[in-house]
Amino acid sequence: MSLDAKIPEGPLKDKWTNHKNHINVVNPANKRHIDIIVVGTGLAGGAAAASLAEMGYNVKAFCYQDSPRRAHSIAAQGGINAAKNYQNDGDSTYRLFYDTVKGGDYRSREANVYRLAEVSANIIDQCVAQGVPFARDYGGLLDNRSFGGVLVSRTFYAKGQTGQQLLLGAYSAMNRQIAQGKIAMYNRHEMLDVVLVGGKARGIIARDLVTGEIERHSAHAVIVATGGYGNVFFLSTNAMGSNVTASWKIHKKGAYFANPCYTQIHPTCIPRSGDHQSKLTLMSESLRNDGRIWVPKKLEDVKAIREGKLKPKELKEEDRDYYLERRYPAFGNLVPRDVASRAAKERCDAGFGVNATGEAVYLDFASAIMRYGTTEAHIQGLHNPTQDQIRELGEKAVENKYGNLFQMYEKIVDQNPYKTPMMIYPAVHYTMGGIWVDYNLMTTIPGCYAAGEANFSDHGANRLGASALMQGLADGYFVLPYTVGDYLANDIRTGKIPTNSPEFDAAEKEVKDRLERFINIKGTKSVDHFHKELGKVMWDNVGMARNAEGLKEAMAKIKQIREEFWKDVRVPGGLNEMNPELEKAGRVADFLELGELFAKDALDRNESCGGHFREESVEIGGEQEGEAKRDDANFAFVSAWEWTGNPSEAKLHKENLVFHDIELKQRSYK
Amino acid sequence: MNLTLKVWRQKDGKAKGELVTYQIKDVSPDSSFLEMLDMLNENLVNEGKDPAAFDHDCREGICGMCSLYINGEAHGPGRLITTCQLHMRSFKDGETIYIEPFRAAAFPVIKDLVVDRSAFDRIQQAGGYVSVNTSGNTQDANSLPIPKDDADKAFDAATCIGCGACVATCKNSSAMLFVAAKVSQFALLPQGKVEAKRRVLNMVKQMDEEGFGNCTNTGACEVECPKGISLENIARMNREYFSAAITSEE
Amino acid sequence: MALSGFFLLFFLLQHLTINFISVISVDGFNATSHFMGTNPIVQIALQPVLAFGVIFHLMMGMRLELQNRASRPIKYAMNKPAENSSWMSRNMIITGIMIFLFLGMHFYDFWIPELNVKYLQGDMSGLIDPMNPDSGMRYWEELHHKFHDPIRTGLYVLSFVFLGLHLMHGFQSAFQSVGFNHRKYTPTIKKLSNIYAIVVPLGFILVAVYHFMTQS
Repeated sequence: MSLDAKIPEGPLKDKWTNHKNHINVVNPANKRHIDIIVVGTGLAGGAAAASLAEMGYNVKAFCYQDSPRRAHSIAAQGGINAAKNYQNDGDSTYRLFYDTVKGGDYRSREANVYRLAEVSANIIDQCVAQGVPFARDYGGLLDNRSFGGVLVSRTFYAKGQTGQQLLLGAYSAMNRQIAQGKIAMYNRHEMLDVVLVGGKARGIIARDLVTGEIERHSAHAVIVATGGYGNVFFLSTNAMGSNVTASWKIHKKGAYFANPCYTQIHPTCIPRSGDHQSKLTLMSESLRNDGRIWVPKKLEDVKAIREGKLKPKELKEEDRDYYLERRYPAFGNLVPRDVASRAAKERCDAGFGVNATGEAVYLDFASAIMRYGTTEAHIQGLHNPTQDQIRELGEKAVENKYGNLFQMYEKIVDQNPYKTPMMIYPAVHYTMGGIWVDYNLMTTIPGCYAAGEANFSDHGANRLGASALMQGLADGYFVLPYTVGDYLANDIRTGKIPTNSPEFDAAEKEVKDRLERFINIKGTKSVDHFHKELGKVMWDNVGMARNAEGLKEAMAKIKQIREEFWKDVRVPGGLNEMNPELEKAGRVADFLELGELFAKDALDRNESCGGHFREESVEIGGEQEGEAKRDDANFAFVSAWEWTGNPSEAKLHKENLVFHDIELKQRSYK
Repeated sequence: MNLTLKVWRQKDGKAKGELVTYQIKDVSPDSSFLEMLDMLNENLVNEGKDPAAFDHDCREGICGMCSLYINGEAHGPGRLITTCQLHMRSFKDGETIYIEPFRAAAFPVIKDLVVDRSAFDRIQQAGGYVSVNTSGNTQDANSLPIPKDDADKAFDAATCIGCGACVATCKNSSAMLFVAAKVSQFALLPQGKVEAKRRVLNMVKQMDEEGFGNCTNTGACEVECPKGISLENIARMNREYFSAAITSEE
Repeated sequence: MALSGFFLLFFLLQHLTINFISVISVDGFNATSHFMGTNPIVQIALQPVLAFGVIFHLMMGMRLELQNRASRPIKYAMNKPAENSSWMSRNMIITGIMIFLFLGMHFYDFWIPELNVKYLQGDMSGLIDPMNPDSGMRYWEELHHKFHDPIRTGLYVLSFVFLGLHLMHGFQSAFQSVGFNHRKYTPTIKKLSNIYAIVVPLGFILVAVYHFMTQS
């Protein structure tokens, strides 16, 4: 099958409008006879479910949590981008589009990104209309903040809980439809397979996580909005339950998996403290607006700090290496995430890591505190304030801006970040890769769509801060409602899809057999044991820097772990009950296949781009010495992998990326 | 650290549960409470026993999935945190820790420490929304200025994570703080004012139908709320309710 | 609860005022008591309202308690409510019932004899000896005599302590229930609440103790 991205004709800025004007529309009376399944209730899934139900379709929504409000979109902190240009700083749809494509290291699809930028302003309008309490200034208008990788202030936020507020907005829209009976909500349900009838997605098999019952659900279209697969690394900032299962099931039934190796490693996370660790905690990138990142210049100081003989704030200015400011004078501490993360790794690999594990750098607010304190003293009319007064005022100002983040840090690390610099280290945060979709967000299975982080479409090889929320809501509120209708216009005469067909029988049997297999292995090791082993291989060999040898080794090791898993895993409890270990087993089994494809993709892409850094592909000589080197001649394409029965033998399909409206340049933040 | 755990075990919603005592050794004081439970479960799996089920997901205090009544307090000792943010350094070596599910008639136990909080969803479905369809033509977000104080208060109310600690800790199992948070968020914003009366009447009605107890203003909910939702919101809801009930035409 | 609470708060103030007159002036107390006991508006209009207020407050309190108990069928094995709420706020039913029991005694002491004299015997004169206009008014004498007994005085004092505990939460809680919670004013209301909850019962105690101490 050849890949057709179905990008509409015409100039970039008119593509979406023209497309909307020409696609099919289902008449309101017919929508009542059409069912749509939405799996996942985060920003993309929740927004899609609500919008489609509002339009009149019968929606069935599924989430594994006990309520749609708990989807992991809720954890996004910093904000959501929109090209509103409220700050009069020259922002525009084009600039947002440009920043996103550049930030993604020219590995995203131009038309999709432009559409994203185009609908971004509308998202803010929609959310405000829903009662989302964004931050406002004293004039009562919306406030903005700036984020990494861009030169304008276009990020809308609700303190450090923007994702929560946006998700609760989508959740409230869903609630309205649930109350009207237009959405049938299935909480504590996990999709375990997609059902294809006549080559089209016509339903899913789901497990009720409370009773263990296997259920059949049919529909005319299936939307998978189940988020990213960062948990393949075991430790990530994802929720414990975040998984690849729904994406992986549709992949195995025919949906191509695109760019699995594009992973975002977020620079400002709390470093790990020991082996007991179950997940990592992210602190908003907005901290880099005011925090300065550094490590000591001298190794002996590093040693003294690790031994507790030297306190970081005692170190003189000239003995500190503000390495981001040194290497990237133009963007300084606000370079994009991938650049900041690699720079931290580079310093720590060189032995300058400041905690016991050697995997931490400082994020220091001392100078921001003094700067804000001085301003505050001016405002309050204090003449000749003392250093202590300034510091106190400054700490208050910083608390107003980042109070909740500082508090969170102190709870976890047990150190006061107002008094001593924070320690941070990169952690797996977001996966740009995902299910391949065309311009309509349809996968290579007709009638099966992927939205939000689950698809690959908009962020290329690296996502800019505050763009994930934008994409999730754009897909859910403003793209799928149109494009799904286009497809369903051909289904108005189909009638209800029966669930007693041989296709449903077969899919259900497959699911049940697999679950029984887990229980019957009765091995000796817990599911987590295998997950941790997989995570270690992924982090060591497929993490922030990758090379061919390491990737080959990773593929071999993952295969081995997978084989061992199927021989020796122990899943206690039964099938017909709430069984969290069984749920985990299913998810880890899928991660064990995805991990290998992930490494294979990373191996195949012998260039450095965005979050994917190949040690073989770096700039040699010149101003950019040591920086990532993209290879546009050979790799300006999307890698879409087709399942052939074994992850190592997945078949590669290339979607060439053509840039009409943007010039491919080296991403320089110097 | 070595600890004695008394954990509520209950096979399913119908079974009778009991507290079961477990010993756990070599717990790192830097690990979180849920990581300690992970460790307990890993031990139980290795011993061929059924691990204890508990709800959790984001493990950073925002999804509201984790619950647990730990040593007599919702989300354990410590203020403004959820169970997943509770660290073992808050306990002493050798301590006995009681771990029970959130208890309320409206929150039936599903298994072990997992409870059904869908009553909260149904309350939200009764009116916790602004009736606005997705539209490509909503008015510009800045066309309606909102006083910063109102926006901030609405945000503070909206930070509720729906964990149910307010219900669990209230001696009456009242859900007033939860309901008041949503009612307040919308009551404070012009977008929500249009249907404010219907909203508060319907949400309170649903709350009563779910079998939550009454508010007697003990204030325990505010103290135990991981997000510090203020009692002011309950007062605001009372105001809203009275005025809606008096002026309602039904 | 709150509305009847407010009403009762107001009533307590009025009751205390009259009681205090008994300390200051025998004649004043007699005159006021006679007025209250014989004025048709007070007796026919206000008294039933008060009775209704008390009974409503009690019945509602019991109903709330029963509903609240039903809302948590399985109790916690380990619970530390003192970590997040005051004893007073959690035990309104106990202090309330104690006050109700006290009311029984109080009615037995004053209200029932009063009804007997006025409405069964038909003596509306307010005199110690209705046949003798010079015998003086009976109210102060009766009141004074009641506190002859140290046990009864002690029970009264104890009841007022319960009343204080009840008010300590009840006063401010009533404001919250009717929706009054304001960042600027609520702290003051809480202070007032504490003052009221201490001063009013203390006033009643002082009156009782005064009569006990001045027995001859």
